Amino acid sequence: MDYLDQLEAEAIYILREVAGQFERPALLFSGGKDSICLVHLALKAFRPGKFPFPLVHVDTGHNFPEAIEYRDNLAKELEEKLIVRYVADTIKEKNLQDGKGKFPSRNGLQTYTLLDVINEFEFDACIGGARRDEEKARAKERIFSVRDEFGQWDPKKQRPELWNIYNGKIDQGENVRVFPISNWTELDVWNYIKRENIQLPSIYFTHERECIKTEHGQWMNVNEFVQLEPTDKIEKVKVRYRTVGDMTCTAAVESEAHTVDDIIAELKDTKISERGATRMDDRVSEAAMEDRKKGGYF
Amino acid sequence: MELLRFFTAGNVDDGKSTLIGRLLYDSKSISTDILETLTKQSKSTGVDANIDLALLTDGLRAEREQGITIDVAYKYFTTDKRKFIIADTPGHVQYTRNMFTGASNTDLAIVLVDARHGITEQTRRHSIISNIVGIPHVLVCINKMDLVNYDEEVYNKIKEDYTHFAESLNLKKVSFIPTSALTGDNVVKHSDNLPWYQGPSLFEFLETVEIEQDFKTQESRFQVQYVIRPQTEQLHDYRGYAGSILSGSFKKGDKIAVHPVDLTTTIEKIEKFGQEVEEAHAGEPVIIHVSDNIDISRGTTFVPVNDSLQTEKTFEAIVCWMDNKSFQPGQKLLLQQNSFRSKAVIKEIDNKINIYNFRSEPSDGSLHLNDFCKVTIKTAETLSFDEYTNNRKTGSFILINENTNNTVAAGVIA
Repeated sequence: MDYLDQLEAEAIYILREVAGQFERPALLFSGGKDSICLVHLALKAFRPGKFPFPLVHVDTGHNFPEAIEYRDNLAKELEEKLIVRYVADTIKEKNLQDGKGKFPSRNGLQTYTLLDVINEFEFDACIGGARRDEEKARAKERIFSVRDEFGQWDPKKQRPELWNIYNGKIDQGENVRVFPISNWTELDVWNYIKRENIQLPSIYFTHERECIKTEHGQWMNVNEFVQLEPTDKIEKVKVRYRTVGDMTCTAAVESEAHTVDDIIAELKDTKISERGATRMDDRVSEAAMEDRKKGGYF
Repeated sequence: MELLRFFTAGNVDDGKSTLIGRLLYDSKSISTDILETLTKQSKSTGVDANIDLALLTDGLRAEREQGITIDVAYKYFTTDKRKFIIADTPGHVQYTRNMFTGASNTDLAIVLVDARHGITEQTRRHSIISNIVGIPHVLVCINKMDLVNYDEEVYNKIKEDYTHFAESLNLKKVSFIPTSALTGDNVVKHSDNLPWYQGPSLFEFLETVEIEQDFKTQESRFQVQYVIRPQTEQLHDYRGYAGSILSGSFKKGDKIAVHPVDLTTTIEKIEKFGQEVEEAHAGEPVIIHVSDNIDISRGTTFVPVNDSLQTEKTFEAIVCWMDNKSFQPGQKLLLQQNSFRSKAVIKEIDNKINIYNFRSEPSDGSLHLNDFCKVTIKTAETLSFDEYTNNRKTGSFILINENTNNTVAAGVIA
């Protein structure tokens, strides 16, 4: 079997384990390439049946409009259930402090909405598109990652995960985060997108965009949330997005890549990691991701 | 392109994490931003100006603070020839369960030996665990050759000692490579420091080593994960059994035995991704339809009729105890084999396996963290299985504590 066939088979096996082991699973859908691949894999795992889970999106209000449009079209086209919950509503209900500063991030705030939607629907498993190559704390997380009733990850209490046997047994109130594409790298995802001819939101490909350069030399999109300073110089740059997170914490990369082939060629050449190139939220500290996961984040 | 999964085992000081760091670094699998972070970290942990490559794999704060690997870390790299998945596992005895876990899913074991110390208790323990997990191929990396002046005799002596020791095990294949992970000798490229060594570098070895795929030629096995019943108007009678072919292959028209209900039927149709296929092979996810309406649900096993599959409620196995809390006689357990689950108890602890010499010793009836014991297990439902040495997919299981839900043991049916 080719390596992509093996990765695909492993992911489908995991998705079917979720369907077999849980009563109320959900697939967390962000509109990004990784969760789009998950949907594609779910089609292969369950058609001609319906998905045994709804698609759930935590809408931060800072999402790219292209990703939102893609999300809505996809759910309609597949005739699958889509549940959307808004971080803005959580902020109002819980009287939380919205993100502040030049790039007011809702990255931390979305954990509240995520935990609320899990409680609202009593989801016992949430499938996500996180990959172990993204970040070194993720490299240590199980494929079936048990979270307590506060959604917290405890790296010291992880269950051993042997062979392809997944233990999803939990108590009432707990949930399991499931990562079917744990063993895929960014390049594997793109090779799969190419092989399967999967359509993506347009922002993954080169386009002209008004940006400002941050102090770390990253290109940030100018939008209604970013607080421009007098010294900021707005430039029109040819960019694309390597990851589709929030507009307020995801940087664009300069690129001329028009096609999936162009992107694969670009990635083979690049010297900077996916999160390093695009995320502002991981730069805070060495253990930023480990700490967020302990707090209930994906 | 092929996929090779391997695991590395080594003592804290054997330079295991450094070796992996070196593989990633020299294969240009590390991005510049991560290198920058490492350089910063190396300075802050007091290691000299050289980048501390071990920091690449030790991803948790506690690991970085203590300078040791605690949990399995998965790392990835790709060359023009292969994609590699590395399970980087701790070598220290107190983390034996993590090593067993990391090893369970791999095709190759790399056992690191410090050239200065030769075969140690650690080497023996790691090799014996690889043996129990049934790894088809062990590569002994004789590392830190720079610290023994790249001496051929040192290498040959260790090779001889290991070969002698390995005679008592059932390892299918053993290979040897001299390296220095710290200086990079013979990791990616041949080294001028080792002119007497004619074999492949570690990198060349990994790219060319034959991947054993026993499961392709083994007896055919399929287990149901999930029953697909759309119950729509058009697909009113559709009932498909979704799962992966565990080993061997199945064809349309095959007469099959269905376990544990022990009935026979015929494969009416095999679907893969919406297409009907004539035949499906080991590893492929499919949906199987059968011609009779019999009781089939999650965990049901399909095999060819008149097959050697064993179906029992009592059987012997080697288990590795993985829970911090020791086994309590009468403890209520669940046994999970792929998607099959049943209530189970450990009836008897027959022998304890000494993981330094692989000998059986009388058991005192206890089962503590990291112990390997031969036990007798009794299940509530009939288990359909093969011996682990014949089939890793149907001969392996985990035990779950019914009360805490934790995975408390891993077992191989012996």
